[in-house]
Amino acid sequence: MRAAVTILVVAALASVPLWLRDPYLLNALITTGIFVIGAMSLNLLLGFTGQLSLGHIAFFGIGAYVSALTSLGFDAGLPGGFRLVHTSWPPIAGFVLAILVAGSCGYFVGLLSFRVRGAYFVIVTISFAEVVRLVALNWVELTQGPLALTNIPSIALPLPGFGELTLRTKFHNYYLVLVVALIAYLLIARLVHSHFGRAMRGLMENETLAVSVGIDVTRTLTLAAVISAAIAGAAGSLYAHYIRIIDPEVFAFINTVTMVIMVISGGKGSLAGPVVGGLIFGLLPVALRPVMAPEAQWIAYGGVLIAILFVLPRGIVPSLAQRFARRRSGAAALATAALTDTGAKEPA
Amino acid sequence: MTARSVAMTIDQVAVRFGGLVAISDMSFTVGEGEIVSLIGPNGAGKTTAFNVMTGFLTPSAGRVTYQGTTLTGLKPHEIADLGLIRTFQRTSVFPNDTVYDNLLIGLHRQGRVRLLDAILGLPGARASERRLRQRASELIEWVGLERRAYDTAGSLSYGEQRLVGVALALAAEPSMLLLDEPVSGMNASETHRFVELIRSIRDRGITILLVEHDMPMVMTVSDRIVVLNYGRIIAEGTPDVIRNDPAVIEAYLGHGAARA
Repeated sequence: MRAAVTILVVAALASVPLWLRDPYLLNALITTGIFVIGAMSLNLLLGFTGQLSLGHIAFFGIGAYVSALTSLGFDAGLPGGFRLVHTSWPPIAGFVLAILVAGSCGYFVGLLSFRVRGAYFVIVTISFAEVVRLVALNWVELTQGPLALTNIPSIALPLPGFGELTLRTKFHNYYLVLVVALIAYLLIARLVHSHFGRAMRGLMENETLAVSVGIDVTRTLTLAAVISAAIAGAAGSLYAHYIRIIDPEVFAFINTVTMVIMVISGGKGSLAGPVVGGLIFGLLPVALRPVMAPEAQWIAYGGVLIAILFVLPRGIVPSLAQRFARRRSGAAALATAALTDTGAKEPA
Repeated sequence: MTARSVAMTIDQVAVRFGGLVAISDMSFTVGEGEIVSLIGPNGAGKTTAFNVMTGFLTPSAGRVTYQGTTLTGLKPHEIADLGLIRTFQRTSVFPNDTVYDNLLIGLHRQGRVRLLDAILGLPGARASERRLRQRASELIEWVGLERRAYDTAGSLSYGEQRLVGVALALAAEPSMLLLDEPVSGMNASETHRFVELIRSIRDRGITILLVEHDMPMVMTVSDRIVVLNYGRIIAEGTPDVIRNDPAVIEAYLGHGAARA
């Protein structure tokens, strides 16, 4: 049943470019897909370990810059007269490097902040994103600063025997994003259902008890941060090679907030939550554009978020799943409850 | 007391919180396979002693060794890795997970497979997962919670949550188990069942250190009792010795002695 639903959803998503010819809508779907990947990575931390990363866009932006710079090449001066020179590599190498570099940034941020956690982690991640933004803005020789990195090449897939397939069109990029999103989804699903996922859940629910059965807090949380950052880095790389121009504005705080809203509205701690929330808040601008000005749209987002959380307080997916389960097993549950009640009274 | 090898040595341990002396100069040993109880009035330092033994608290002086390893400076999860597992007075379950999932979390030490293997679903990881599920079911059956296996732990009665707590601790495969007031809040029949459970745990070769207020229960189950008052040991011996020790009767049992 569950597998059938998943296959249907994936098939439906895969069919979209075949019948949707409007480039504007397809573009909106691609950028939304990229942000959904970011939201999924944020959900791994926020939903499954309870740690709020309010600088999550930093990993996304680092992925974007690393990937762009790897494929563009650069020549930047270092203190002491050294020069950092790199000739351009294929974008696919940039994609891999983006994952690795973003992942290692996740490691350092995690290591720094998870000794204390909670509010400290929030503050460290915010500062981290701000520092990275300032570097991107001011290290002009490397990043072009506010002038932006332009002409970023599209990703080319090496096909053995057929040469290369350059993913230049929206049609291609849609499938690229869909495939990466699916891989990220499966990776997170496997992770969450493994013993590692249980360790994360244990820590979130009752840290003292988790530690007493041998779960290493720092290691578990740091590993979650690494994987989360690496996935965000992959999303950033997709973004850079799709939009083909990036500037330091990619690190803007509002982008992190957007991801947090996607996760919270869809339902943190559920696998499908960020996908549902991401699609709603990614496509809302498309729906609202004809009716209101961009400034008014932000107010509308707020309204929609409040409405969702008022009706479905745990987020769309968990709340609906709960209602669905309750309705289906309503009668059965009542019967069992009655049984266990009498059962509990017997021994006393 | 028969001659046993020593499992745990508490050597001149002292804990001070600022000016408050929670434990002063506490020394005793626990033998392998023994059931030892730590008793004393409220605030005598029993839980503090537990926290020191399991690494949640660093002692101001002295040291604890377990099977030859000095525990001072080790983190709680590292101490758990030595097979020294505890339960808690209050926080004893993962409330939002089912009883079954609680035990799977508790089986963490047995389930360590490489992360990549788990993600790729390699045969080794799958076999390990099957083993864990099997083990979780066994443990649930063993503490008698089969009917509650798929209820969230937070929805269980207090006594049932205690059982989950013990099953969780057992899931971590302890060689020594520290139980912090396990029967508080249990009714007489639950307590009786719990005593049987403790005995069968001991029969598996697991050493047990118990902190408990329920005197009849302590007197029945313990091989040896250590009595704390105001952070120091005032008596130590078999239940019979403790029952008749004037210092204990005066300092702790008082009118409770008649009840015991």
